[in-house]
Amino acid sequence: MTKAELIDRISEKKPGLTRKQVEVVVNTVLDSIKFALAKEDKVEIRGFGSFRIRHRRAKEGRNPKTGETVSVPPKKVPFFKAGKEMREMVDGKI
Amino acid sequence: MTKADIISDVFDKVGLPKQDAEELVEMILDTIKQTLKQSETVKLSGFGNFVVRKKRSRKGRNPKTGQEIEITPRSVVSFRPSMIFKEHVIESTESTASAAPAAE
Repeated sequence: MTKAELIDRISEKKPGLTRKQVEVVVNTVLDSIKFALAKEDKVEIRGFGSFRIRHRRAKEGRNPKTGETVSVPPKKVPFFKAGKEMREMVDGKI
Repeated sequence: MTKADIISDVFDKVGLPKQDAEELVEMILDTIKQTLKQSETVKLSGFGNFVVRKKRSRKGRNPKTGQEIEITPRSVVSFRPSMIFKEHVIESTESTASAAPAAE
């Protein structure tokens, strides 16, 4: 399922709203999560999961082509952990 | 930040009645969950992909007792953030670091 398909499915269930309105809502939800993580806030959605930032330490890497050692700077990456209900649903337990 | 904050964001930015905002946020989350339940990938451009991965059975150990147990095969969700999302997180934390170096 793509974002466009998600918007279509929701529009079908909410005939009172235009597709455009649903699109704006979907984008707002995704942006809120993105902006929260950019501020290093955690986002916890009960039954769904939580998003937070994971810190990756700086490390010594190697250019696989030349074998040269390069230093890889510390990094921050978005991380998602599925909630209990999501885990059980996906694993066929609900 | 919780679901209630996301709902408030939708309410503030989109100008829909609170009840609609709430219902839509629930529908979005639920549709994603139901799709993953069918083991179908959810691709949200500019955000990331939720993918269901099948894990084989493997051996684990109870860390307390040291007893070896079998971890049953299972399906798990993994989220792969998009480049845009990853860059957004890196850039915004960098700009706050350079704008306020003393705010440690």
